[in-house]
Amino acid sequence: MRKAPAAAELLGIAASQTVGPFFQIGFEDLYQTDLTVPGLAGTVITISGKILDADQLPVPDALVEIWQANSFGKYAHPDDYQDKPLDPEFTGFGRCPTNAEGAFQFRTVKPGAVASSSGAPQAPHINVSIFMRGLLDRLVTRIYFSDDERNSADEVLNLVDPARRSTLLARPDALYPGTYRWDAILQGAQETVFFDF
Amino acid sequence: MPNPQSPVASDQSRLVAASLRRVPLCGYRKPAPGIHPPHLHPDYLASLKRAPAQPLVPIPQTLSEITGPCFQPHHLRIGADLTGQGKGAPLGQKMLLTGRVLDEDGKPVRHTLVEIWQANAAGRYRHLVDQHAAPIDPNFVGKGQLLTDDEGRYQFKTIKPGAYPWRNHPNAWRPPHIHFSLFGPAFSTRLVTQMYFPGDPLLPFDPIFNGIRDEAARQRLIAQFDWQTTVPEEALGFRFDIVLRGRLETPMENRP
Ligand SMILES: [Fe+2]
Repeated sequence: MRKAPAAAELLGIAASQTVGPFFQIGFEDLYQTDLTVPGLAGTVITISGKILDADQLPVPDALVEIWQANSFGKYAHPDDYQDKPLDPEFTGFGRCPTNAEGAFQFRTVKPGAVASSSGAPQAPHINVSIFMRGLLDRLVTRIYFSDDERNSADEVLNLVDPARRSTLLARPDALYPGTYRWDAILQGAQETVFFDF
Repeated sequence: MPNPQSPVASDQSRLVAASLRRVPLCGYRKPAPGIHPPHLHPDYLASLKRAPAQPLVPIPQTLSEITGPCFQPHHLRIGADLTGQGKGAPLGQKMLLTGRVLDEDGKPVRHTLVEIWQANAAGRYRHLVDQHAAPIDPNFVGKGQLLTDDEGRYQFKTIKPGAYPWRNHPNAWRPPHIHFSLFGPAFSTRLVTQMYFPGDPLLPFDPIFNGIRDEAARQRLIAQFDWQTTVPEEALGFRFDIVLRGRLETPMENRP
């Protein structure tokens, strides 16, 4: 076995490029808008929203991917060291293209609280990547739940300017119980907070 | 040995290991400046209304960022031979596209999902939105999926895509390219990119390729012609290795 190279000898990473307008060809076989599986523990919810551009016009050619823990706050991944149960068959991965109205929707389970790096629980959240024609790199954000009292202690939310935190909150839809609304506004007033890590 | 493809099966051993060592997990290295293109790239007109105006907010990598979707063979829906998806052979220059997915330390990224999609030999996508007046090839769909092997290797069989026009600026043409999507081991390593061809005269004029500011990083997206994988009488060989963010050697600190 070759020894791992020193920092100076690291290989250069591949740069990001846009998904372009035709990603449906490559991605449609793994579109996954319903993450639920038989026997899944927890509360089933629907997350419904739109992607809007600088003019508040819908983005009809975006791709939304989500990554989330199960209702116990456990990721289906070998590096999740938490002593919590997994749901067999629940992958935590969702992928949905926006439609002509810029809308996307996922049916899933509300995630539980996952440990932060300090060990304190994070507020329940869903990790989001947004890809589209016009963006040479993905946008990354999180969806939190406006009706969850754990938000106030969340270490990541507390890094965000309080005036902009609401852009990360999905809100219960008054008409449809179990449905949360969350829009991503790419630019301008009410611009959604996007992360770098 | 933990199997990265089956999180359920390997979970117990990982749990035991974690509770024994109580070592905080390491995050992934941040990309050097200039490698990933900026969101706002005015030469690429579509970025103007879609790029955020506010700076990105730095956050620490938590379990949410150092874990990510895991795919297993039964998740795959299509194969890695793009020349065998129709009733007959597609038109165009047949090629074998081979490479490895590695991390920055040169370690293989095993069993990770690679998805590709591309135009046909005439530069036309099989997609409703593509209005380019080049012919559809009934024998070419233009998509492939696979999981890398134990050494991080992959191989697709396909045809060389044609260049195609777009409306970004007068007489704009995209250089021939193949779209690549990779997950790697974590949400932090997710990557969508494009692979280009050596010696292409359109590359210096492409705002998408040139959105990458770092010259070496641009060169890394260009495949290399390869005699070793060239099949006599049948297909040209091209090599394209893809490096994803590697892991930090020190545990994550609880700050961005
Ligand atoms: Fe393309």
